[in-house]
Amino acid sequence: MGVAVIGASMTKFGRRDVWLQELLSEAGEECLDEAGVTPNEVEHLYVSNMASGEFEGQTGIMNALAHDLGVLPAYSERVDQTSSSGGAGIYEAWQSVASGASEMTLLVGGEKMTHKTTGQATDIIASITHPAEYKHGVTLPSFAGLTARHYLERFDAPRESLARVAVKNHRNGVDNPNAQFQREITVEKALDSPVIADPLRLYDFCPITDGSAAMLFTTEERAAEIADEYAVVSGIGGATDTHVVHERDDPTVMGGVVESSAEAYEMAGLGPDDLDVAELHDMFTILEFLQLEGIGVADQGEAWELAMDGATAKDGDLPINTSGGLKSKGHPLGASGVAQGVEIYEQLVGEAGPRQVEADTALACNVGGFGNCVITTIMEAAE
Amino acid sequence: MTLEAGICPNGHVSYPAHPRCPDCGEPQDGTVDLADERAEVVTWTTSTATPPGVREPNTMAIVEFDISHLDLEDTFVRALGQATTDDIETGDVVEPVYVEELRDPDVGLKSSNPESQDWDGYRWDPA
Repeated sequence: MGVAVIGASMTKFGRRDVWLQELLSEAGEECLDEAGVTPNEVEHLYVSNMASGEFEGQTGIMNALAHDLGVLPAYSERVDQTSSSGGAGIYEAWQSVASGASEMTLLVGGEKMTHKTTGQATDIIASITHPAEYKHGVTLPSFAGLTARHYLERFDAPRESLARVAVKNHRNGVDNPNAQFQREITVEKALDSPVIADPLRLYDFCPITDGSAAMLFTTEERAAEIADEYAVVSGIGGATDTHVVHERDDPTVMGGVVESSAEAYEMAGLGPDDLDVAELHDMFTILEFLQLEGIGVADQGEAWELAMDGATAKDGDLPINTSGGLKSKGHPLGASGVAQGVEIYEQLVGEAGPRQVEADTALACNVGGFGNCVITTIMEAAE
Repeated sequence: MTLEAGICPNGHVSYPAHPRCPDCGEPQDGTVDLADERAEVVTWTTSTATPPGVREPNTMAIVEFDISHLDLEDTFVRALGQATTDDIETGDVVEPVYVEELRDPDVGLKSSNPESQDWDGYRWDPA
């Protein structure tokens, strides 16, 4: 059964004074309202969230949100796939409609993080690592530093190319009213910022963020009846790579990106040349390169050239992260994959405002851990 | 104390060991102790934003042990660990040095149940 997206919304990302339950309600309510769907029509509710228990001591949030939104007695489930919980939520929502189990599925992703110190938040996220890694004090940013050094040395890529990813995504974020940062930065500022995980500096990393995002899924038949504009999920794939990061055959290949995108392309009957716009998981600048290579847009070791020549800018051949990406929009873990879906939906239905590019086919790649779990989604504008 | 890698019947080697071989799915039925072997630095980083209980700065490296002398299918195995110094470069030869406590188990997310994992292990010391 064909699966359509008939609504999408997100809260303001950044430092928010409300707790997770309220953030989730905010995005969920807006999504239903804008689609003109009443809560009692919702048959399945998925809530993407990595660590509400660890961050604020609140568990069982799918039940909390179902009750608050008035969607009872809908089936509800919390989806945790660490940083790719949002993408996994898209996968679950797609499955629920494609299988015929639900005719109206609401997906809401969210995380509340900023009340913790940077060290505490980093520790919660680092707890996804293998105990043999964790005891050394490894963090996700340090994986990025290890990988970036290897990439730059092996492919003779200029350090500046990574800064250009940050500059581009900050530029795009200026046009996103929901982004955590709406300000441009320069290459010089990025290269002069404090070292976080050598050779990477502050502006190579996404911030710590509160926020929520939502999407509404139904069958293509129902969408054609009730929605003026909608998008179709034409391909989706999910894959898992090693838990222990150093065990991968090639430190610069994100196997989960390669496998999940191959699956999504095959389902959609499309390839990398067919893409008009994409949202990639730029939790760290180096990840934008590795994903461009993993989804087949660039050959191994060459994605940095796209950043240098502007091919991935909003007016380039393939705009990447028109939303501002995680870098500028922010990264509330469980919300990020859903917010990627919100951006490509808005691009496909022509609601992206000043960020709008010409797009009939869009891809979102959501990465959990350091590529440990990956979901790739391809959506197309309804004909 | 050992720095133990797992070996499966097909000669695939992993550090750390796993119940099943990540390459072929066979149960790992052998081990090799890497504690007395030398390794080469593949890549490294110095982390200056470390979580509670972790030294700052924290220089870590992914190193590669040449195990071709074991005559197995795999000829090398990699491991990640802290370095004994911040002065390290790609290609450096290092040897493992035992440390009783790599980070403080009594602070941070796992401090309420520090017995859930080991906290000792090996740092890489330039040879």
